[in-house]
Amino acid sequence: MATIKIPPVLRSSVGGEKEVTAAGDDVGAVLRALAEQHPQTETQLFGPDGSLNRYVNVYLNDEDVRVLGGLDTSVGESDVLVILPAMAGG
Amino acid sequence: MSPSGAEVIRQIKQQVEEVDPAEVSEHLGNGVTLIDVRESEEWDRGHIPGAKHVPRGYLESRIEGAQPDRDARIVLYCASGQRSALAAHTLEDLLGYTNVASMTGGITLWKDRGYKLEVPRALTPQQRDRYGRHLLLPEIGPEGQAKLLDAKVLLLGAGGLGSPTALYLAAAGVGTLGIVDDDDVDLSNLQRQIIHTTDRIGTPKVDSAEASIAALNPDVTVVKYPVRLDASNIMEIIEGYDVIVDGVDNFPTRYLLNDATVRLGIPVVSASILGFDGQLSVFKPHDGPCYRCLYPVPPPAELAPSCGANGVLGVLPGTMGLLQATEVVKLVTGAGEPLVGRLLLYEALGATFTELKVRRDPECPICSRPAEEITDEEMGVFPDYEAFCAAAG
Repeated sequence: MATIKIPPVLRSSVGGEKEVTAAGDDVGAVLRALAEQHPQTETQLFGPDGSLNRYVNVYLNDEDVRVLGGLDTSVGESDVLVILPAMAGG
Repeated sequence: MSPSGAEVIRQIKQQVEEVDPAEVSEHLGNGVTLIDVRESEEWDRGHIPGAKHVPRGYLESRIEGAQPDRDARIVLYCASGQRSALAAHTLEDLLGYTNVASMTGGITLWKDRGYKLEVPRALTPQQRDRYGRHLLLPEIGPEGQAKLLDAKVLLLGAGGLGSPTALYLAAAGVGTLGIVDDDDVDLSNLQRQIIHTTDRIGTPKVDSAEASIAALNPDVTVVKYPVRLDASNIMEIIEGYDVIVDGVDNFPTRYLLNDATVRLGIPVVSASILGFDGQLSVFKPHDGPCYRCLYPVPPPAELAPSCGANGVLGVLPGTMGLLQATEVVKLVTGAGEPLVGRLLLYEALGATFTELKVRRDPECPICSRPAEEITDEEMGVFPDYEAFCAAAG
């Protein structure tokens, strides 16, 4: 099970947790497993066509999945996914 | 009978390697560490470009800050070649340096031969005292302090992030601090905006910030912009600044700032905060990614709450603002590795830092193109700009 770090704005959608775990062989499968466990996250993560919303950055460990294989990037058991939306507070 | 001082010097000069100024000039910048062992007043009147300053009286305690490698090539000089010969002898004999030479004739001969001198900005005795702890750091030193005194840094906002940043940059001796803020001080600001005070509630934040800065460090010139940054004034305000500190509280201004700074080639030290979480990065145009490479589009309004709506730990902008101030000092002085191409996340409740890589987007609509091609009409625009702004109210 990969660990997923949840940003502040999504924590209310996962019961207030900062980290959750979800199973899946690639980034897309892990995020879809997350959306199944916590349905409120689905529209925040995915657009109507099933692709990742452009305003959501996802990192596999410390690398942006956009420069890896996107949603098809393989995920191992000990990997950490970071979901990161932009923040503008100052 | 003990030998005379002149005799000791003569003997030591026979033991150390001496090099001619011509040879030093030829090898300047070629991996040779050149060290000026004269006193501060002599250094201030002019020194060899690229030299480091380690007064002979501090040689043993500070040489490792200038060159820790015992086998590195080191050339020492003074006014005439005597003190540098004695210092070279000390380095070899007592400290185990293996490749040290003293420059014949010192800087007097160097000048006579017509080689270049660098005259640093002279610090007043008060400034030597005020910035003394910086002067001791090899990474800052008198040259770094001079750069700070000559630097122009623009702070966007004298709010949560801008308050601690402004105070520490003022204390560090940044010569010119521009502050853009059109708000007045409010009681609810004082939980975190430490540059303001209770008795200044209701006064413009730029005036309040100026008063605190003047009280802290009279060396600093404050340039006040009591306006809201927008497309009509941004180019005029930011042009001429060396570094911009972004602590604004909304996305449209962050995108506008990004586009304008890429166009002008000005680095931005950017931070944002919410609740117990902070983000920090340095966007240095064309050397690293820009804000749009990191965030191609902003999140919808429901995923982008403000601190006013969501709350923020009062200490958090202090933490993030001081990380920003640190990055500013590094950019101005050239010390260390700035946070370019990296995003630092801080989560205060768990006390965790996470570092992520940020790559340049080869298809970035702004920074993948020559800066001069970015037009006024494009700046601050993103695909659903109108809808976003309407939703954000």
